[in-house]
Amino acid sequence: MQALFGNSTLMIILTGALVGVAGSLVGTFLVLRRNAMLSDAISHSIVFGIVIVWLLTRAQSGPVQIVGAALTGVLTVFLTELVARTRRVKNDAAIGLVFPALFAAGVLLFNLYARDVHIDEHTVLLGEIGFVWLDTTAIAGLDVPNAIIWMGLVTLLDAAFVVFFFKELKLSTFDPQLAAALGFAPGVLFYALLALTSTTAVAAFDAVGAVLFVAFVIVPPTAAYLLTDRLVPMLLIGAGIGVASSISGYWLAVAADVSIGGMMALMTGAFLLLAFLLGPRHGLLAQEWRRFGQRHADASRTLVVHLYEHERSARVDEENVVSALEHHLGWSTARARAVLARSLKHGLVLREGDMLYLTPRGRETARALTEPWAPAEI
Amino acid sequence: MTGLVELLSDYTVQNVAMGAVLLGIASGVLGCFAVLRQQSLLGDTLAHAALPGVCIGFLIAGTRDMGWIMAGALGTSILAALFVLALTRRTRIKTDAGLGSALGLTFAAGVVLLTYIQGQSNASQGGLDTFLFGQAAATLRSDLWLMGGVTIAAVALVLGCWKQFKLVTFDPEFARAVGLPVALLETVLTAMIALAVVIGLQMVGVVLMTSMVIAPAVAARQWVKRLEHMVLLAVGVGIVSGLVGALISASVQNLATGPLVVLAATAIVAVSILLAPGRGVLWEQIRHWRDRRTIGQRQMLTTLYKLAAHHRDPDYPAETGMLDSFHGTRTQRALRQLQRRGLVEPVAHMPGEGRHWVLTEAGRREAERVLKTMTPEMA
Repeated sequence: MQALFGNSTLMIILTGALVGVAGSLVGTFLVLRRNAMLSDAISHSIVFGIVIVWLLTRAQSGPVQIVGAALTGVLTVFLTELVARTRRVKNDAAIGLVFPALFAAGVLLFNLYARDVHIDEHTVLLGEIGFVWLDTTAIAGLDVPNAIIWMGLVTLLDAAFVVFFFKELKLSTFDPQLAAALGFAPGVLFYALLALTSTTAVAAFDAVGAVLFVAFVIVPPTAAYLLTDRLVPMLLIGAGIGVASSISGYWLAVAADVSIGGMMALMTGAFLLLAFLLGPRHGLLAQEWRRFGQRHADASRTLVVHLYEHERSARVDEENVVSALEHHLGWSTARARAVLARSLKHGLVLREGDMLYLTPRGRETARALTEPWAPAEI
Repeated sequence: MTGLVELLSDYTVQNVAMGAVLLGIASGVLGCFAVLRQQSLLGDTLAHAALPGVCIGFLIAGTRDMGWIMAGALGTSILAALFVLALTRRTRIKTDAGLGSALGLTFAAGVVLLTYIQGQSNASQGGLDTFLFGQAAATLRSDLWLMGGVTIAAVALVLGCWKQFKLVTFDPEFARAVGLPVALLETVLTAMIALAVVIGLQMVGVVLMTSMVIAPAVAARQWVKRLEHMVLLAVGVGIVSGLVGALISASVQNLATGPLVVLAATAIVAVSILLAPGRGVLWEQIRHWRDRRTIGQRQMLTTLYKLAAHHRDPDYPAETGMLDSFHGTRTQRALRQLQRRGLVEPVAHMPGEGRHWVLTEAGRREAERVLKTMTPEMA
């Protein structure tokens, strides 16, 4: 058992995975509520909370820090809303005014008072996930890394929040008016979500710092949003991406000898890119494929309508022939051949020599397009 | 005073001051458009996205060469903007998630590159960290020439396309209707946020540059209404906060410049929002209190007048407690204020009862005047 907790590789990957899972649990709802940038604001401004709590109690982590962070996060959002409510400043500018100010104050206090502590500007920004296994607490005779303890607890807290308030979260995310009408207090739930985001941010702070945390919160849910339309799968896929990023990021970082936290965060981007390109419904490739299929289907419909219109006309011999497709429909030879091949394959058209005839199915398709009001003949 | 002269004749301080002026000009001018077009948070993303560019510039040049670093930063910032655009235009991802993703990922890429460079054990890599929070004291004269060149180019662009930029900012629909290349102009305006970020790299750093895009413009907006004035004032705010931050940072050991500049700018914003003439929140609050007081007094006057009329006694004495319960609130203050204006006066009353009040002759006239201005429903 101790071998497990003493294994630095495992501990680092586990910490990263916990940050990823906890981040996407809260991140999913922030992304769906279109408040993703609030996680950016919160993760910056908790630096202020951390340094204030440190100055008051000299505690670098632990319960006081976590409560302090939750309060700072709520304070950030409260101040932002206060500034926006004056109606002198737009909401986005209000966010952009409040959190840099708190962050700047935090960094300055670090500069002034925390010079000799191991927290410095770099930890503030980047974290030190590579060293999480050094800082341990004995639990039941086992030396467990502090980062694992706190990240584990916070992840459980996030998971419990999502499970217990799943119905309420879902409703207030997708239909806040209805949630309010039914008495679910979506505002309270929102503030609780933000307090949890701050809590998660401060627990993840030692591992990944203030800014990289943003990637763990926003990117996995965003990628998951491209892969599914349902809430539970979105939560699971987001968490999965967080874990996968932690594992792959660790090995890549070791191989290239670069920042582990940075690489883990960057790997979430690789998954986002994959989802963006290859996602089954919303991915670029799927979009192009749909458009491609749509174009061909449209061309086949054009063909059957053309044949249908001229079927009973006197000039059927010159209209309903293969060569007419190029002249009368303005298609290139290759296009005409492709459309014809597709229509033959789908059983819409029959070919005898140069002449083209509609199958009953082709005729019905054309009739439904040209006279949609008439009842079907078959 | 001699201390100040001494400070200003110092070579480093001169550099820092010039850097602050350039920062003020760039962020003031370019920030106004960003804030008015509600692209404030794009500044945040573009600023963080400059970090990998700084590293790439460094890797290409092999040393801390400001030209390459600025070029790299500009490049990755614009790439990040395009990434956000692609993500939000081509899929159902909303702007906030797009911005947040780009911010987190570009910064992660920057961190990876930064540690990669540090791993190369290159002797000249020491300076890159200062781009995180800015270190004004590290500014070289040659850096200033570059920053100055970019600033002048940006300002020239804004002046040259002033009318077009203004129209696109305030009424893009109309701009499209009169045949302006709106998409191009919007792209240029977005790219200019990246330009402001690049100019601020040395002074403020990538993490806090967002504030310098937003704060001067927001502060300036409180005092003036016209875009021309807003831009000029924003430049002033930018320069002042840049100078304050840079000079403090240059004279105290080991204080990063960025946070100081940002706090100075934020303080100016706070003062502007509270105190700007006309728009100031404080003035509005005072107006609000004054209105409430006036309305309270008028209500009290008409109540007393109607009571007197109802009892057919012009000198009908009304007890404070009764007035309280009639108005549903404490009326003591309104009565005192009316007494000071000579419109009501206390009269002798039975012991054990509350104070009694009657209208004076002036009070009766005032009440009649007020009642005449009221609509029948109100009265």
